[in-house]
Amino acid sequence: MTKRLIEGIIRGDVRSIARAISRIENDTQDKETLIDALYEHTGHALVVGITGPPGSGKSSLLDRIIERERKQGKKVAVLAIDPSSPFTGGAILGDRLRMQKHATDQGVFIRSMASRGHLGGVSGATADAVKVLDAAGFDLIMIETIGVGQTEIEVMNLADVVLLVLVPGLGDEIQALKAGVMEIGDIFVVNKSDKEEANRLKAEIEYVLHLKMSQEQSETNPIFMTSAIQNTGIDQLVQGMHDYVQKMEADGRLAQRRRKRLTLELRTIFTAKVEAHVHNFLDTDHKLDIWIDQILQKKSAPYQLVNRKVAQVLKELKS
Amino acid sequence: MSRKIRILIAKPGLDGHDRGAKYVARALKEAGYEVIYTGIRQSPQAIVQTAIQEDVDFVGLSLLSGAHNELFPEVVRLLRKQGANDVIVFGGGVIPEEDIPFLKKEGIEAVFTPGTPIKEVIEFIESNKERLRQ
Repeated sequence: MTKRLIEGIIRGDVRSIARAISRIENDTQDKETLIDALYEHTGHALVVGITGPPGSGKSSLLDRIIERERKQGKKVAVLAIDPSSPFTGGAILGDRLRMQKHATDQGVFIRSMASRGHLGGVSGATADAVKVLDAAGFDLIMIETIGVGQTEIEVMNLADVVLLVLVPGLGDEIQALKAGVMEIGDIFVVNKSDKEEANRLKAEIEYVLHLKMSQEQSETNPIFMTSAIQNTGIDQLVQGMHDYVQKMEADGRLAQRRRKRLTLELRTIFTAKVEAHVHNFLDTDHKLDIWIDQILQKKSAPYQLVNRKVAQVLKELKS
Repeated sequence: MSRKIRILIAKPGLDGHDRGAKYVARALKEAGYEVIYTGIRQSPQAIVQTAIQEDVDFVGLSLLSGAHNELFPEVVRLLRKQGANDVIVFGGGVIPEEDIPFLKKEGIEAVFTPGTPIKEVIEFIESNKERLRQ
């Protein structure tokens, strides 16, 4: 079953791709076999993150970018993430509404993903879903995050390059964004640039970037003015994006970023696996209540208890 | 492992009345499902491609223009043609009672007319749970 799925994905079969992403999302048992088998086929796609506050026009902008890239004959995939309700677990996934004109284009694949409790602006399955799409032969994979505030910056660990979309009318909020998402943008997009305040926003971004530059001595991040609705500035943005990636490729930053991505990924897998083993060995699920009682009765203290349990695991490892 | 039920709510045809579709989408979200909403004026082809890309378990079609006898069966036909035999299709909207047996024969498994309590839609989904692939 998994073998047929893998063959389908590499062939670019839409149903196989879609089904594989569901398996990743549902964390099925064959997920690891699937990802490992696909791994040798990955590394060809350019992965672009697109992030920004709610209502900044990320989906509409994506729609326009898809148009341009399709004219160049590129195969494009989109992973659009929306939040799951923390109460019911349900979600309304409506990002693709703005991209529906590409629904019947065989060179475009759009998948909506619910965050399923994962914080950080993407879903826990996004990284592996990217691998499926990469192995399936998409040239460009775009990850649209949920509408972000200040701390949803995980897309920077998944993408080769990040577009940060801002819109006029956020006022002083850009000051608030400074510490969080402002730092993860490689390319800045002032969307809805037909609005009055657009130039002021651009000046503010330049100011913030200037402060950042003087600290890091890095080169300037490009800023593009677009209007997704009026279809202006998109060609420049797409060209600018590819120019930027080319530069990153030439000076080694792209390879460095991909290496860092893999580093984080391995650490995450290690942590999850080790944690699972430890809890399995200690039978945490059943013992936790007993431990908590011990602590509540002041017979033990949190660090003391955990250290003792971890020592127990390590001792078992040595023997 | 946590299997989530995914439902596509789509509006084929030319009418622009999506209040009903949006209401159902929101209610199903509240019931804990992942609901993909495509917006108005979708061709059967676009709906089927979306259903396949999104790997949904159910497709809910909403239509108020009167073209349900053509468009609903067309969606089912295209789904089956693409090999999506396990996707369960239901419909809603202004649909005369006398059309319902025909639609059911064409593979639209349930039809919800105006005034149906949302509970019935949820019951329909829950009652088909065992049929969904793992």
